Amino acid sequence: MTTQVSVNPGVGLKTSHRGGYVQDLVNTRPSLDSTTLGAATTLVQTCRDRAEALLTDRPLPTTREEEWRFTDLTPLTQVKFVGVAVDRPVPSVSEINAFIHPETATTRLVFVNGVYAPQLSDLSGLPAGAIVGNLTTVASQYPQLSEYLGQQQGAEEIFTSLNTASLTDAAVVWLARNQAIDSPIQLLFVTTPGEAPEINQPRCLVVAEPGSSATLLEEYVTLNPGVYFTNGVTEIWLGENAQLHHTRLQQESQAAFHIGKTAVSQARDSRYTCNAVSLGAELSRHHLEVYQTGEQTETTLNGLTMISGDQTADTHSLIGYTRPHGSSQQIHKCIVDGHGHAIFNGKVFVPQAAQLTNAAQLSSNLLLSPKARVDTKPQLEITADNVKCTHGATVSQLDSDEVFYLQSRGIDAHSSRKLLTFAFAYDVLGQIPVASLRDSLSQLVRNQV
Amino acid sequence: MISQNSEVILAVRDLTAEVDGTPILKGLNLEVKAGEIHAIMGPNGSGKSTFSKILAGHPDYTVTGGEVLFRGQNLLEMEAEERARSGIFLAFQYPIEIPGVSNLDFLRVAYNSKRQHAGLEELDAFDFDELVRQKLDVVKMDSAFLSRSLNEGFSGGEKKRNEILQMALLEPVLGILDETDSGLDIDALKIVAGGVNQLTKPDNAIVLITHYQRLLNYIVPDFVHVMARGRILTSGGKELALELETRGYDWVLESETVGAGA
Repeated sequence: MTTQVSVNPGVGLKTSHRGGYVQDLVNTRPSLDSTTLGAATTLVQTCRDRAEALLTDRPLPTTREEEWRFTDLTPLTQVKFVGVAVDRPVPSVSEINAFIHPETATTRLVFVNGVYAPQLSDLSGLPAGAIVGNLTTVASQYPQLSEYLGQQQGAEEIFTSLNTASLTDAAVVWLARNQAIDSPIQLLFVTTPGEAPEINQPRCLVVAEPGSSATLLEEYVTLNPGVYFTNGVTEIWLGENAQLHHTRLQQESQAAFHIGKTAVSQARDSRYTCNAVSLGAELSRHHLEVYQTGEQTETTLNGLTMISGDQTADTHSLIGYTRPHGSSQQIHKCIVDGHGHAIFNGKVFVPQAAQLTNAAQLSSNLLLSPKARVDTKPQLEITADNVKCTHGATVSQLDSDEVFYLQSRGIDAHSSRKLLTFAFAYDVLGQIPVASLRDSLSQLVRNQV
Repeated sequence: MISQNSEVILAVRDLTAEVDGTPILKGLNLEVKAGEIHAIMGPNGSGKSTFSKILAGHPDYTVTGGEVLFRGQNLLEMEAEERARSGIFLAFQYPIEIPGVSNLDFLRVAYNSKRQHAGLEELDAFDFDELVRQKLDVVKMDSAFLSRSLNEGFSGGEKKRNEILQMALLEPVLGILDETDSGLDIDALKIVAGGVNQLTKPDNAIVLITHYQRLLNYIVPDFVHVMARGRILTSGGKELALELETRGYDWVLESETVGAGA
């Protein structure tokens, strides 16, 4: 880290620094090795080139841009990140045991510092015909990957481009037509922070062919505290009448940076549910974008952010309707303690063609300390004239009548507040369909207050 | 059940209190002895509910004068949870809902906090389960209620029965029921009243705060007090409730010269 002495910390200086910053990050990517990538080499190279072109001369966004008004990336630029060292030891199964759920013991794919770890993965419980694996193993069987990888809308967003320009491998889940997988599938991204702050850029691709259904857990965790930067992208394609119940957990180190993209497209009659839980990182941002491309699609987004200390956690969501009879239910909850700062921006676009849309959005926020802050902004753009769209936002503290009710039953004030905070969070946590994850997060939230 | 030699459980003397600077209680006097059932009636805004919340220790109310002794101890010095553990129980008019916390877990935490206070060992889940199932009969509740989230999605009657179930478990020395009868149909009212009657013992006392005489057909009070303008204006036996039912409150308010306390 360098100290910069300047009479006037000039804007020009900062901008040029930020411009070079993105290129510096691209330069940390590993070079492609066609012997390990095999059939995927051309695909990965094409994706990288296309994204790198999008990044040319792009500076990092500043708070002067509307999209980044409340989230200052300066702390990120103050760290010089390096690529993941190739010789880093991979943890043992027992070391990551705490992150493996009984429900996913034989249906899990594990990446360590963004690199596929076959020795930690176990896919023996998958039914015949299900394709779950890393890019290189799947690419040879599925040449049509190129129709999906890097093809989702919103690819020009700077961190998405950065991830794609650095693409090396990916977690791939491919559900065949009408295939219903009962066991949840876990994509686990473990970080083992080292001496130098590293950038790792995990990538997921989920293709659900028509009529298929599955439950997916996507989890970002760390084995120890430390400074690092996770910049992840997940692309999800739901075919006609497909169904995906997706839970995304961001539980990075409290000193880490996390920027993540979830981009989903939904064909006609498909159903997508996302439970997004953000707990870790000093600075985090989740872009959650759902594009309904067919009629009568259903989208359910449940979000929970729980932060304290000096954490900043930003969620920018977008639901883009294009066709009639679509529906969406969105609830986003933030619990902010200490000097924490939570941001929620929820876009809902309902163009003229999307008649009879039914969209509901609720942003509900609980401030636990006088210094806690939340910025919440619903952003509905509706041009269709026969639709039902609602939104609401609340910011509150714990209700003294509720605390009193528990105290009047002999429960002390501190435990009462813990219980009520947990109850606030449980609206979202209760939606997680995997019992052991739901229970462990419930426990965590109860203890964190 | 009036008995001259019983212990004084609650002694309230010249109590004044305010909320956000507005005086609500203006010199309230009340004495409750073991074995007694007291009913406090009065028009809306008379300060009845405020009084019950002050007894239970709600932090939003400020006591500005007078004293409250609970079995000889200064109640006003105690936190709400200490009062609960020492034997005060308030059944709420509007019990709150807590999603994600099962009724059973909540009851066990509350029960064990009281045991701990009394220097007793906490009951484990198995023993507690057995105890709570016996208590369910008091309010004719199905055991399915125990696994549901606390009060979440409960009907008005179910919430009130759940309050009485908590009272049955915590076995308070002083049970205060704040409009527990409000909004109940006659069947639910009978169950709630039956529960309260089962919990009445020679060594405890009940204060019923109610708007309607109807409840007093099922729980027969030893004393009836009429409260208005932050004070008890008149007191009498159970027949006073019937008189209020036929004549309303106006005559009490007009003859305010009647002294407070029985």
